[in-house]
Amino acid sequence: MAIKLPIYMDYHATTPTDPRVLEAMLPYFTQHFGNAASRNHPFGWEAEEAVEKARKQIADLIGANAKEIVFTSGATESDNLAIKGVAEMYREKGNHIITAVTEHKAIIDTCKRLEKDGYRVTYLPVQKDGRISLDELKAAISDKTILITIMAANNEIGVIQPIAEIGAIAKEKGILFHTDAVQMVGKVPFDVNALKVDMASISAHKMYGPKGVGALYVRRRNPRVLLSPIIDGGGHERGMRSGTLNVTGIVGFGKAAELCKQEMAVESERLRGLRDYLNDKLHKRLDEIYINGSMEHRLPHNLNISFAYVEGESLLMGINDVAVSSGSACTSASLEPSYVLKALGAGDDLAHSSIRFGLGRWSTKEEVDYVADKLTSVVTKLRDMSPLYELAKEGVDLSTMVWQTEGH
Amino acid sequence: MAYSDKVIDHYENPRNVGSLPKDDVNVGTGLVGAPECGDVMKLQVKVNPATGVIDDAKFKTFGCGSAIASSSLATEWLKGKTVDEALAIKNTDIVNELSLPPVKIHCSVLAEDAIKAAISDYKKKQTAEGKTAEKVAQPTA
Repeated sequence: MAIKLPIYMDYHATTPTDPRVLEAMLPYFTQHFGNAASRNHPFGWEAEEAVEKARKQIADLIGANAKEIVFTSGATESDNLAIKGVAEMYREKGNHIITAVTEHKAIIDTCKRLEKDGYRVTYLPVQKDGRISLDELKAAISDKTILITIMAANNEIGVIQPIAEIGAIAKEKGILFHTDAVQMVGKVPFDVNALKVDMASISAHKMYGPKGVGALYVRRRNPRVLLSPIIDGGGHERGMRSGTLNVTGIVGFGKAAELCKQEMAVESERLRGLRDYLNDKLHKRLDEIYINGSMEHRLPHNLNISFAYVEGESLLMGINDVAVSSGSACTSASLEPSYVLKALGAGDDLAHSSIRFGLGRWSTKEEVDYVADKLTSVVTKLRDMSPLYELAKEGVDLSTMVWQTEGH
Repeated sequence: MAYSDKVIDHYENPRNVGSLPKDDVNVGTGLVGAPECGDVMKLQVKVNPATGVIDDAKFKTFGCGSAIASSSLATEWLKGKTVDEALAIKNTDIVNELSLPPVKIHCSVLAEDAIKAAISDYKKKQTAEGKTAEKVAQPTA
């Protein structure tokens, strides 16, 4: 089978909209274009009905009640709403928030802003496998703690946090628990009740829906979570998120959720097979390659590997017909490599040498073969060109070398 | 990001990749940068003792495409130059030749540093060699 280049293997960044999703959306642009908030005519009723159907489809995917789904513009907004909304609403109860160093920037930067407003934030470290320590979590809790926000699965390394255990701890202590579940929902089972989650951020475009629409699951019972809105206006979404609903996007989101629910079991196993095949193939052909994060607690479609002695950006340049991401950020002014990989305790050199592979609905074995072959030849070529590989082969311990870094 | 055609050409067909014997008295070696910064360059020159001209130059680089291209270009330029001419190569020359964007200027700076470090190593060896030669020469005089 001929493969089409370039190959997309960056499904953690975004996913293409499934054609079945697009088909469901199309009538809502031109035909059923009503405003879901128009209560006095059929155009509005149609739109509202479509929105409520989608709300149910999304709720069903995560074991929630439809009334617990608040639509937003995407997971960044959902994260902001959860954290800022709880912080403001529960200010009298306490001012302490617990999160982790490997969270998405939408969480970290929101927490940093709250710190400027007098909140105290604990950023839990992660262990070598990328997971937080439950003991450290327990130790960080104080009587001022109002929120724990820990992501379900990491966007770079795909590592799944012990969400159910965190949920149990939070429940026992009477602290609200929010999770950024963007990478996990729709890919592997995620049930808000089984996991004891009080709030969860999800995004349509990470699960074969359109961009620009997301949701925040907000628990209504046991406990009932109250949020101060961050956007004021017409009082849509039970006052938690004003603004005319993105009906087309929401319809697509709902359809995408329905498809994920139907196909998840088969799809995740197929992708796990492909991911393991890619991993095995690379390990058989290349020495000194290292998997970042736990393989046991990991999304089935994620692989994140450091190719020692080869810099990430040059590696991407060599596989420019394959769309993947690198933990190296040589293009940014700071030259800072991935903070997630650094948090695992990987040296900066290995962080600079990493590639994230994200497989998805349309990934094929032929594509994986192509990527593995191409990577093998590019890594080999770049290592022949790498002074670090040469030094290492001469037996020099690179970690003890003194580098001339002045001025860089 | 978009690379210039020249950067891509150097990346795909790097000139003078390899190593020269670093213990050779006529070889100067510069190793600059650091793995945690994402760039390490090793640049070596071999100087003809009779003419003072750089006969050969080799590099190995751990770094992005622009870093590889900068060092590859540097080795091309070094060949045939005298040691003093080599020291006149400026990072801005490399920036202009490769059309490097502002975020990649550090790659050219590193290449200039590598040239200077290699020449400095060569000169140090020559001085040391001179001293040793004098010492060795004395008893027989």
